[in-house]
Amino acid sequence: MKKRVVLLFLASVVFSFTDFKSAFAAESTSLFRADRINILVLFIIFCAVVLLYIRSARKGKEFFIRKINGLEAIEEGVGRATEMGRPVLFIPGIDELDEIQTIAGLSILSRVAKITAQYSTPLMVPVYYPLVLAAAQESIKGAYLDAGKGDDYDPEMAQYVAGEQFAFVAAVHGIMHRDKPATNVYMGSFYAESLLLAEEGQASGAIQIAGTANPEQLPFFIAACDYTLMGEELFAAGSYLSKEPLMLGSLKGQDWMKVFLVICILLGVLFETLHIGGGFFYKLFIEH
Amino acid sequence: MRTQINAAIAFLSGFIMILAFFSANPGIVNFSQNFLTWVTIVGGISLLLGIVSILKVNLKAIQEKGKDWIFKLVLVLFVLGMSVCGIIWGIQEKTPFDWFFQNIQSPMMSTMFSILAFFIASAAYRAFRARTLEATILLITAIIVMLGRTPLGQAMWDRLPSYADWIMAYPNLAVQRGIIIGAALGAAAMSLRILLGIERTYMG
Repeated sequence: MKKRVVLLFLASVVFSFTDFKSAFAAESTSLFRADRINILVLFIIFCAVVLLYIRSARKGKEFFIRKINGLEAIEEGVGRATEMGRPVLFIPGIDELDEIQTIAGLSILSRVAKITAQYSTPLMVPVYYPLVLAAAQESIKGAYLDAGKGDDYDPEMAQYVAGEQFAFVAAVHGIMHRDKPATNVYMGSFYAESLLLAEEGQASGAIQIAGTANPEQLPFFIAACDYTLMGEELFAAGSYLSKEPLMLGSLKGQDWMKVFLVICILLGVLFETLHIGGGFFYKLFIEH
Repeated sequence: MRTQINAAIAFLSGFIMILAFFSANPGIVNFSQNFLTWVTIVGGISLLLGIVSILKVNLKAIQEKGKDWIFKLVLVLFVLGMSVCGIIWGIQEKTPFDWFFQNIQSPMMSTMFSILAFFIASAAYRAFRARTLEATILLITAIIVMLGRTPLGQAMWDRLPSYADWIMAYPNLAVQRGIIIGAALGAAAMSLRILLGIERTYMG
């Protein structure tokens, strides 16, 4: 099945390429959108800063990354599940694979699976989309092989349970009731089901660690979970857990970009208040 | 080798999307649109993977007469039953598929959603217990916002809605924007890691 999916993807590239040629022959306009020059400048600055820190990391420079309690708790949570002889439940959100939060969730899943493999703790990953199922199975398999526990890998650790939001919730509630996971990890993009999942998990007595970049769902996770990763912490989690210098280098670059943006915001407020600069900082962030 | 090919495909796909964002040329834009169309097509085809997964896991549990196997039997019967109804009679109004959807699936989903009201009450009770200074501030803020958004609040004090609006428009929005900016930068850095092939864990 996976081979067929890859073949279809390659077919799409060929198909798109033929269309590309005909479109070029039919009409030739400017290659560059001049109205997006501001975004290009910011994009280049961002890439340059991140690449600079990745380069420093390659040269062996070590970076300090602040402690994220929610991520420190993951190993503790898996340890608790091992002691209690119960599984770990991991949900990588309910969005498709083209959502970056889902990829971040799968990256964390890989680290969690490595720990469950080391402790021989059962892992359950219910998913909402079939493509996420395939990616989750690959992530778990890779983690078990890395941990030297390839024989313990079971493709059914990741299961497609439902393609409807509340049917998915019902299926996960069923898992929480029947299998009583000791640790629930929710990492990815969540919507109205966030509180339904987290409250049920809270009632079942599990340690709960959540992370999402959807600001509307954060209060629900904060109220119902033991630890919550907010916004950027979700994207940093994979790098934090891997401790790989290249990944940590990119985090450092991202932090400096944040400093740059804070300076731009402060200068923007100052310039707009004093009516100087002709709205430079405002125009810098406008997307046409 | 396989991971390198996957990483190369990820890089090329991402690069084309970036190129299309900055390009005014219809050829490049069409090229990227075709990619998006095919992502949808591949996603649709992959539903088969999901159906195979559901049937495999649940049929195994039924065969072994595992815990709550009867529920799994109901699930399998409905997966197959709905598929058969959809294939034979279609999914338009007044077909068996539509009847099952309107009278079984839809009420069940509404029931699940309605449980949210009770869960909000229990979560709010835990969050608003004034045990620390932060929790007390949260409790007071929540009271102002909730009362300010109801006719009762306005009847109690006519300036309450304006205080509630101020809390939502300034401190609340400022924090939300901070989270959104941080998340956007995090997402951009993660995308760059994927494009450069540094982040490969999602490929296995």
